[in-house]
Amino acid sequence: MKIAVCIKQVPEGDARLVIDADGISIADADLATEINESDQYALESGLRLAESQGGEVVVVCLGPDRAEEAIRRALAMGAGRAIHLNDPAFQGGDAAATARALAAAIERENVDLVLTGLQSDDAGWAQTGPILAARLGWPSATLIMEIEPEGDTIKVKRELEAGWFQWVRLPLPALLTIQSGISTVRYATLKGIMGAKKKEIAKVTPADIGLAPDEVGGAGRKTRTTRLYVPEKTTGAEIIEGDTATAVATLVEKLQKEAKVL
Amino acid sequence: MAGAIWAITESGDDGLKSISFEVIACGQALAEALGSSLEAVVMAADGSAAAEALGAKRVDAVRVIEDAALAPYTPDAYTAALAQAIEADSPSLVLFPHTYQARDWVPRLAAEVDAGFISDVIAHRVDGDETVFVRQPYQGKLNSDCVFAGDGPNIVSLQLGAYLADDAAAGDGSAEIVKQPVDLDGAASRTEVLETFQEVADRVDLSRADVIVAVGRGIGKQEQIPIVEELSEALGAQLAASRPVCDNEWLPMDRQIGSSGQTVTPKLYVAVGISGAIQHLVGMKNSGTIVAINKDPNAPVFSVSSYGIVGDLFEIVPELTNQIREAKGTG
Repeated sequence: MKIAVCIKQVPEGDARLVIDADGISIADADLATEINESDQYALESGLRLAESQGGEVVVVCLGPDRAEEAIRRALAMGAGRAIHLNDPAFQGGDAAATARALAAAIERENVDLVLTGLQSDDAGWAQTGPILAARLGWPSATLIMEIEPEGDTIKVKRELEAGWFQWVRLPLPALLTIQSGISTVRYATLKGIMGAKKKEIAKVTPADIGLAPDEVGGAGRKTRTTRLYVPEKTTGAEIIEGDTATAVATLVEKLQKEAKVL
Repeated sequence: MAGAIWAITESGDDGLKSISFEVIACGQALAEALGSSLEAVVMAADGSAAAEALGAKRVDAVRVIEDAALAPYTPDAYTAALAQAIEADSPSLVLFPHTYQARDWVPRLAAEVDAGFISDVIAHRVDGDETVFVRQPYQGKLNSDCVFAGDGPNIVSLQLGAYLADDAAAGDGSAEIVKQPVDLDGAASRTEVLETFQEVADRVDLSRADVIVAVGRGIGKQEQIPIVEELSEALGAQLAASRPVCDNEWLPMDRQIGSSGQTVTPKLYVAVGISGAIQHLVGMKNSGTIVAINKDPNAPVFSVSSYGIVGDLFEIVPELTNQIREAKGTG
């Protein structure tokens, strides 16, 4: 089974976000990054399938030079090789432009299954996976919590809302978007980290995958972000100040006398 | 504006979902601001009851797309059906609820009809010729303004609870109910639906709890969970968690609050080490009194809380437990 796993490099969950001078993105300087959380679960699922079914995992990542750090991490966890869509023309895209580029790269790989995270922790569109499936002409299922390969088909458990789930069967090739928590994500071992240095990362430009520069990135997008900003606080908590004992005493008093919930 | 605005509704086993009226409310506001007509759209195997309920609202028409292939839901059938309708009648803007189901198929629809798609929108404003949609990227820590780069068709999905169902104005009953023919014979679904079920039949029903103590990623590791268990006991509360805590199996999945877990409205909700990703907030923001304890003063959880203490939960929570015990005379 040949599996492509799409990963995105995003700011770490606790990273301090500084809005760039362009007013629409996060400044790169000193930004701590990681592999998008649900993409880590997608990678883990891909590695487990390749281990149980035989086959290989190819990591596909669209991003600038710094995304190589995320790609090396994925290779250290066990992916066999990587495709890095890295060209200025790829930058500034929305989900539609990014999915078009990923589809063109994956089409050349003859894979059985594509895995992505359910959404990115930065832009959070929750679109790229299903658009990618549509571009490839493949069936898709989202928010997957269990995967059972069955040869030419695959049985998967979708998470629905409010504690409901659904088993569905899809013919291969197919695309799945993986929900966080599907399994426990492995750590990269020292041996894995050393081995990753020797693994191939193919750097790809739009021309390499048969696309014109104006079909991808900022030129190929259908939506435009005009401003990124810290939301104005309209309502919010009364922040209780003071040392721990004083603050807690004030809180308890407010819960008793103001809110009347104790 | 050229084409109509379409408000796509969602139906489940019990008929029309209430989220549908949130989409109608947004559609009414946009139609008024842009001088467009508004049509409610029903997609179902049998849409007559839903059409009647929607026809009572202030809409210009109710468009009913009925086909046996639309139940049970599959992404292929829904995409094919609505793509045909969009290509036939060219709406300018198509609105959806940002539900799990919409996330499963609407991106495919956008690709199919080559539409722009702004997802998970919390508000809109009309600035002259431009309609601006507001989103919450970076897990709700920042806001962004988004516009469409092309003329359409354009698609927007609305965050649950961003618009109020009660704001969907009633109409004078003149809305025409129009059946939209679609041909799904050639668009057989590749998805075979096998079984739909609830994972834990006897799961903890947190929706009945008067007091909930919920713990998030800030607790750090499973060995530290007893700190919040003690607070929960002191308060006579149910213990709950945000998604990452359940993903890490520090607490069982049936204790999870949020869009993929339970929705709760206790009298008192104490959020410990929860930053407040929107997926969590939608499950608890209507609680009576919300207390947040978090080290990050900018954590989104404070925006929905009544009281907050910024600081180290490992100092604050044990102190709170002691003082609650004293206050209740159990110390």
